[in-house]
Amino acid sequence: MRAFLPDYAIQAPGTLDEALRMLAAEPGAWTPIAGGTDLMVLFNAGRLPGRRLLDLSRIYELRGIEDDPSRLSLGSLITYTELLEQRAVHQFFPNLVKSARATGALAIQNRGTLGGNIVNASPAADTPPSLLAYGAEVQLVSARGSRWVAYDAFHQGYKKMDLAPDELVARIRLPKPQGLGFHFYRKVGTRQAQAISKVCLAAYARIQDRVVTELRVGLGSVAPVPLRARRAEAAVVGRALDALPIEEARRAVLEDISPIDDIRASAHYRQVVTGNVLAQMLKELGAARTA
Amino acid sequence: MPETITLTLQVNGARRTVDTHPMARLLDVLRDGLRLTGTKEGCGEGECGACSVLLNGRVVNSCLVPALQAQDGVVVTVEGLAEGEALSPIQDAFLVHNAAQCGFCTPGMLIAADDLLRRCPNPDKEQVQAGLAGNLCRCTGYSKIVDAVRSVARQGEVR
Amino acid sequence: MEVHVIGASTIRKEGRGKVMGSAAYADDVDLPGCLLGMTVRSRCARGVLKGITFLEGVPWDEITVVTAADIPGKNFVAGHVDDQPFLVPVGGAIAHAEQPVLLLAHADRAVAEKARRLVRLDVEELPPLLDIEEALACVRVIHGERNVLKEIRIAKGDPEPVFAAAAHVVEGVYRTGAQEQLYLEPNVMIGTVEHGPAGLEVTVSGSLQCPYYVHDAMKQLFGIPGERVRVVALEMGGAFGGKEDYPSVIAGHAALLALKSGRPVKIAYDREEDMAATTKRHPSRTRIRSAFDAQGRLLALDIDFALDGGAFTTLSPVVLSRGALHAAGVYRCPDVRILARAVATNTPPCGAFRGFGAPQSLFAIERHMDVCARRMGMDPVELRRLNVLRQGDTMATGQVMREDPGLEGLMDRAMAAIDYRALQKAYAVRNAWDDPVKRGVGLSVFMHGCGFTGSGEATMASVAGVEGRPDGTVAVLAASTEMGQGKNTVFCQIVAETLGLPVDMVDMAEVDTKYVPNSGPTVASRSTMVVGRILEDAARGLRLALVQGGFLAEPYDPEAFREAMRAAHLKLGSLKTYGQYRANPGFAWDDKTYRGDAYPNFSWACYAAAVAVDLVTFEVKVEDFATVQEVGRVVNPTLAAGQIQGGVAQGIGWGLWEEVTFREGRMANNQLTNYIIPTAADLPHIRVEFLEGGSPFGPGGAKGIGELPMDGPAPALLNALRDALGDLRLDEVPMTPERILNRLEEARHA
Ligand SMILES: Cc1cc2nc3c(=O)[nH]c(=O)nc-3n(C[C@H](O)[C@H](O)[C@H](O)COP(=O)(O)OP(=O)(O)OC[C@H]3O[C@@H](n4cnc5c(N)ncnc54)[C@H](O)[C@@H]3O)c2cc1C
Ligand code: FES
Ligand code: FES
Repeated sequence: MRAFLPDYAIQAPGTLDEALRMLAAEPGAWTPIAGGTDLMVLFNAGRLPGRRLLDLSRIYELRGIEDDPSRLSLGSLITYTELLEQRAVHQFFPNLVKSARATGALAIQNRGTLGGNIVNASPAADTPPSLLAYGAEVQLVSARGSRWVAYDAFHQGYKKMDLAPDELVARIRLPKPQGLGFHFYRKVGTRQAQAISKVCLAAYARIQDRVVTELRVGLGSVAPVPLRARRAEAAVVGRALDALPIEEARRAVLEDISPIDDIRASAHYRQVVTGNVLAQMLKELGAARTA
Repeated sequence: MPETITLTLQVNGARRTVDTHPMARLLDVLRDGLRLTGTKEGCGEGECGACSVLLNGRVVNSCLVPALQAQDGVVVTVEGLAEGEALSPIQDAFLVHNAAQCGFCTPGMLIAADDLLRRCPNPDKEQVQAGLAGNLCRCTGYSKIVDAVRSVARQGEVR
Repeated sequence: MEVHVIGASTIRKEGRGKVMGSAAYADDVDLPGCLLGMTVRSRCARGVLKGITFLEGVPWDEITVVTAADIPGKNFVAGHVDDQPFLVPVGGAIAHAEQPVLLLAHADRAVAEKARRLVRLDVEELPPLLDIEEALACVRVIHGERNVLKEIRIAKGDPEPVFAAAAHVVEGVYRTGAQEQLYLEPNVMIGTVEHGPAGLEVTVSGSLQCPYYVHDAMKQLFGIPGERVRVVALEMGGAFGGKEDYPSVIAGHAALLALKSGRPVKIAYDREEDMAATTKRHPSRTRIRSAFDAQGRLLALDIDFALDGGAFTTLSPVVLSRGALHAAGVYRCPDVRILARAVATNTPPCGAFRGFGAPQSLFAIERHMDVCARRMGMDPVELRRLNVLRQGDTMATGQVMREDPGLEGLMDRAMAAIDYRALQKAYAVRNAWDDPVKRGVGLSVFMHGCGFTGSGEATMASVAGVEGRPDGTVAVLAASTEMGQGKNTVFCQIVAETLGLPVDMVDMAEVDTKYVPNSGPTVASRSTMVVGRILEDAARGLRLALVQGGFLAEPYDPEAFREAMRAAHLKLGSLKTYGQYRANPGFAWDDKTYRGDAYPNFSWACYAAAVAVDLVTFEVKVEDFATVQEVGRVVNPTLAAGQIQGGVAQGIGWGLWEEVTFREGRMANNQLTNYIIPTAADLPHIRVEFLEGGSPFGPGGAKGIGELPMDGPAPALLNALRDALGDLRLDEVPMTPERILNRLEEARHA
């Protein structure tokens, strides 16, 4: 353990109000900590810059699930394991189930939270592509009030977010897909478990009369932020299932992404594999049963 | 701001208190504070699972849990698996099947295996893999560990 | 009474403590008053240390600081060549980026850690030499005249004229990367120094494979005789060769800090430091030129084998030797030339890792044989059948196969185990379908020389013993260490069998150089075969002593034996008998010419792998893996199978995923999140079959098994990938998804 303990402090407010007051009093002084599965790794390595931690884990307002007919709202402290225990998630958001199962291994799933995954803002995070595919929104709260932002506008640059220093992510809201839908999720890591994504793709498509009427493709690990493949989506929306422009979409997605070479994979590998996974998705979409 | 807190835990069935820095890792609280050295540190980054313990009924990497977050928690470590000198079924199976070679992954692996068998008494292959994938072992190639788990599974078989 | 202990799956001796969590590893030992030590490293691959500055921020007066100037004896780690300093002195050369420069200790680890960051080194940087090709090309010279740490030549006949006349000549170049041992327990060492009547007395204990290597290192570092050095091996959380030579460095550091502070000092590396600073498997490059006749009979081999030894000599000469001696594989070949070189680079020294050079050269030859078969339009299996060694054949050193290794039989069994031909047929059909997943099956045939190379054992002349205790139990006295491989259990089984006792009457004495003799290092798959046989002799000696002393009458039962030991103890005090290594009659080795019997024995094996490659992501899944080996007598089948399965897992990791990425001579992925070893979800259940052949040399006929399983997986996997993907340049491990993609693109453009 490389951290110098006396340099650090941690407090655990019991209510959201108290937490928001603390944040408001000294914006930027606090680093919120939820499950700690990102922060504690940095802490152990002696690389955690924030010295005062605000423990969110006892704030009940950030927990709980609201399931209404048109949407599902998840408290930001929901863990992967809790997500996997929700029937509504399995029923409406199978990609989220797959993301959760593909995240770390069990001990990480038991502690890591959805809010933490979002705010940690790793381009390689595994739930953001699913959240993008499902058109999620996030609720940000502060002593100043609360606001909802579309998740696809939340990440603004590498580790830059539409999140003020006095704000917390309170809830994540997902509209329930209506009608006939197609869901696809694939994470590409180097091993089967406990792997950081080299490419991750989630897609949700709505199909009407064998035509793709709506498509959202979320990508991870191929740009400084998790992002929508808007050009690829545009190439496909409005097309008939039996005439999906797979090669055109593959070309388009290369315009959407800007991968880099890093210790886990080369930019070239990421480009090729993103195209391949997209093509695989479109093949499966083309073969989707619509009756 | 207080330098230390008094942490109250239930560990392996007994109530324990220990004075600690609130950011100390649960792993260090157990090993240094309570001298329960069965729980190991293999990486300090959540990858190896040697530090696995049950916290409030779930497997966690104790190297990633700040003490404050464990306040009033219920912890089970490898030392809590046996009943006195009597090994638990999974410990016995690890012994008989040579699932512990160097033994360094074993405490964490046992916690994970025990948890797996409580959650799914008759796990299929995928469930065994998912249950153990967070615990790295460099000695066994996992084959003997899977054999041991299989031998304790309810039907004596991994489906 | 007949007791059969050898061949039984006796439960691991120290297993109970391991499953209870009570086994005490070095970091578990409670050491009141101890300080925690830290190492400041060079952080520059090549240069000259000009000075050291201590920045403000910690109470420096509370911190013990050790530099090279504090070393009482010689500032070199004892080894084959004394070229590795314990600490770089000011004014001294820096040869790699993880070189220890300065040591710190404090009672609070965090303070020591903070202090570590407050030491600034003033270094004059020089351009480094970073890989094999640069070193061989002498882009810069950092060692000797040609950057060569060690060179070995093996010759049989003259291949050159054969190439000119051969029907087929096939050439290939094969590469393997560095590999981290990744024992799950990082290095820990505890040092104490006392001022005894005769001078300094140094005691070190910790996680270490070879107590007497550390013993030698302490003698030299402190300039004191062996009686004043004590080395204790504690429970070890894995080693795989990784705790063979580096523990001497850490032990020296802990003891130096202990000397300076007057307190016990513990140095516990965390994972990041352990991965970055300690030894790895040597990266390799092998060039093979082979000649065949029109029928596919191997006529000549010309092999150029090169290893990257890193900055210092350490174990490179012996790793190189083993690599060279395995380079021609299991094939009969009349004319062979092998040139083997270990080169120096400005990277942390490479060291021992299960297999010790053999996995590198065997990967090359086993991959090459497949390439040759395809090139000649032959089935790789048939090409091997045609060329494998048989009784009476000679190996590259001239060693005659006194017995038939039965390699075709091994191949048959392995192919049956995995259903090789049926898979091949099914895959040929399915791979033509429009499915991105392509499957293949492949195999490798190989051997592993047991024990030290050549005259190594004779030179070492290891000693081991047994002690009859007053309570009627027997203790095994050997400096061989338990790292999970099962040595405790196997030794007890061997001694129990020899004495006709149940195995629970025998246990291991603590591995403490004060009490146990030098049975040699715990390496080279030698413990069971070599030390086991010495123990057999020692145990026979004990029985003989009891019988001749009139304490015991044969035949006896365990109770009578117990009584005899009690009685002997009353009369004689202590009751210890020893055995010493005896060379095998009729075996000869010449170190200068590299001719003769390189090993007393080989273990033989054939491994078969079935793989699936997904062409969407280029990921490889190992769907089945079958191992069949002839290792002589299997002393403990369950433990032996565990050794094989664990070794195969490491071999699969090396073949497919495990890549050490160096940047500027430093490991850049020194975290478990970036250095990818297999999890439970990545491996199939590994099949293990033993064929028990006879071996005249081991106890009850046992040979070595520890390293063998590391040799076969990588070539079997890549041969299977070739089967799945067609003609590709599969010449390197790890064959990561990125590499597969690159090779596929290369083939498409060609
Ligand atoms: C071994 C291991 C494997 C992993 N594998 C994966 C993987 O496969 N895929 C993957 O995506 N991730 C993975 N992770 C990363 C991590 O587990 C996830 O990102 C997790 O969701 C983080 O949640 P947390 O609650 O633990 O975050 P924390 O560490 O508590 O916090 C992370 C960040 O979010 C901020 N934060 C947390 N909650 C809030 C909130 N409500 N409002 C504002 N800010 C907040 C914190 O300040 C911090 O910056 C892995 C981590 C480890 C250690
Ligand atoms: S030490 Fe906690 S996961 Fe490795
Ligand atoms: S038994 Fe050694 S790491 Fe698992």
